[in-house]
Amino acid sequence: MTNAMTARVEKAVPRHPLWVRLTHWVNTGAFLALLVSGFAILLALPRLFWGETGANDALAWIVLPLPVNLEQTGWGRNLHFLAAWIFVLNGVLYGLVALASGHFLRRLTPERDQLHPRHIAADIRAHLRLTGSGAAGAGRYNVLQKLAYLAVILVLAPVMLLSGLTMSPGVTAAYPELFTLFGGRQSARTIHFLSAVLFVGFLLIHLWQVLANGPLDLMRGMITGRSARPKSGPAPSEEDPR
Amino acid sequence: MSDLTRRRLMLGSSALGIGGVLGGCELIESGPRRSGLYGLSDTLTLATQRFLLRDQPLVREFGREAISAVFPAINTTDPDNPDYRRSKAAEFSDWRLPVSGLVERPAAFTLAELRAMPARTQVTLHSCEQGWSAIGGWTGVSLSHVLASVGLKPEARFIVIRAVDGWWDSYDLFDALHPQTILAYGMNGGDLPVAHGAPVRLRVERQLGYKSLKYLASIEATDRVDGLGQGRGSMVSEMGFSWYAGI
Repeated sequence: MTNAMTARVEKAVPRHPLWVRLTHWVNTGAFLALLVSGFAILLALPRLFWGETGANDALAWIVLPLPVNLEQTGWGRNLHFLAAWIFVLNGVLYGLVALASGHFLRRLTPERDQLHPRHIAADIRAHLRLTGSGAAGAGRYNVLQKLAYLAVILVLAPVMLLSGLTMSPGVTAAYPELFTLFGGRQSARTIHFLSAVLFVGFLLIHLWQVLANGPLDLMRGMITGRSARPKSGPAPSEEDPR
Repeated sequence: MSDLTRRRLMLGSSALGIGGVLGGCELIESGPRRSGLYGLSDTLTLATQRFLLRDQPLVREFGREAISAVFPAINTTDPDNPDYRRSKAAEFSDWRLPVSGLVERPAAFTLAELRAMPARTQVTLHSCEQGWSAIGGWTGVSLSHVLASVGLKPEARFIVIRAVDGWWDSYDLFDALHPQTILAYGMNGGDLPVAHGAPVRLRVERQLGYKSLKYLASIEATDRVDGLGQGRGSMVSEMGFSWYAGI
């Protein structure tokens, strides 16, 4: 082993524990399957309604500019529900380990200094400079990143799941409260779609942030668990959260 | 355990729930077969919903004012079948619904005989797998009453229903004997229109619309469905849809 290689190995620092990497990639696969199959299911009726009822003959809230296709529902539903089971079980596993290990508190909950308005403003400016928000080099996730992760985990994913279940005649027979929660089956369908749009928005920002902050090293970190950049960089100052 | 389950199934709705959960094992033995990952996910969904529905709750019922002005009619809307056309011309006076298989007293009911049985009217939300939903009012006799009147044999596990237009489907007793599973001859206060399955259609309220067959032709009680057709339990399963459509 050459000295150079030794040096590289020594420089690699732990980034993500195994359970985070596993659940991240399982989630990636399930999410993409849900996205593709959800789109296929949507094509049977690319119209959105509010309330309990809605059909081709009814007045729609939004008519999406998509071709109507009734032939994609069968495989779409099969893949959607298989992927949904994987998404949910994987998400439950992630949530339990994240809670038990303190990951939620240590890694995802913004620290007191991060919630200072000046810090948040500086973090927004850092993102808007488009030169990289410094997520990779920082010793901790930046505050926007933390808030985005928490919003997806605590709000968006549960809304996605519950609005999906509200479309199930079996589940709503057991829990008719779901109809009350969303304001009807078609409202739940519309909210399910809007949540999917937000999820895609999150995904695009997530990918942009990866590309803007040393994608190769970040991918290495999420695959092998180790990355070249120091985990604890210079302490972020109030003016420069990076 | 199996005999106890069977007897409980006959007893009443709360016991039916227990029987249904235990009956899940029998579903896997003699029920529709689907291999691979989709089979696994179907089984997970079925087992979860059987647990959630173990007390056999009813689905929501609305007042008449909630009935949708337009209720879509899809798939077959007027069967192209000589017998059906003749029967329709005679206002279904010659129509018969044979109930056979694992029953003590096989019979063929006329429309008048079904109408003379205890009627149930339910205004419910119909959910189609295509994504649309509409509210309709359905009047008919519960399938459990019809099956009781012919004496369902204890070894019966599934009810196979065939329609004039070639559709067929099967239901395990958990759903077949549910109080809202009815043979509907009326819709929104009038006779069931041809487009919606006249003279009699099925309503299975806790599953998607494709389980509520139109234009009923026959009812048969069986102990297994894995030998029917391709062994998948229904016509739509053979087209790639799930046999159980509670989701």
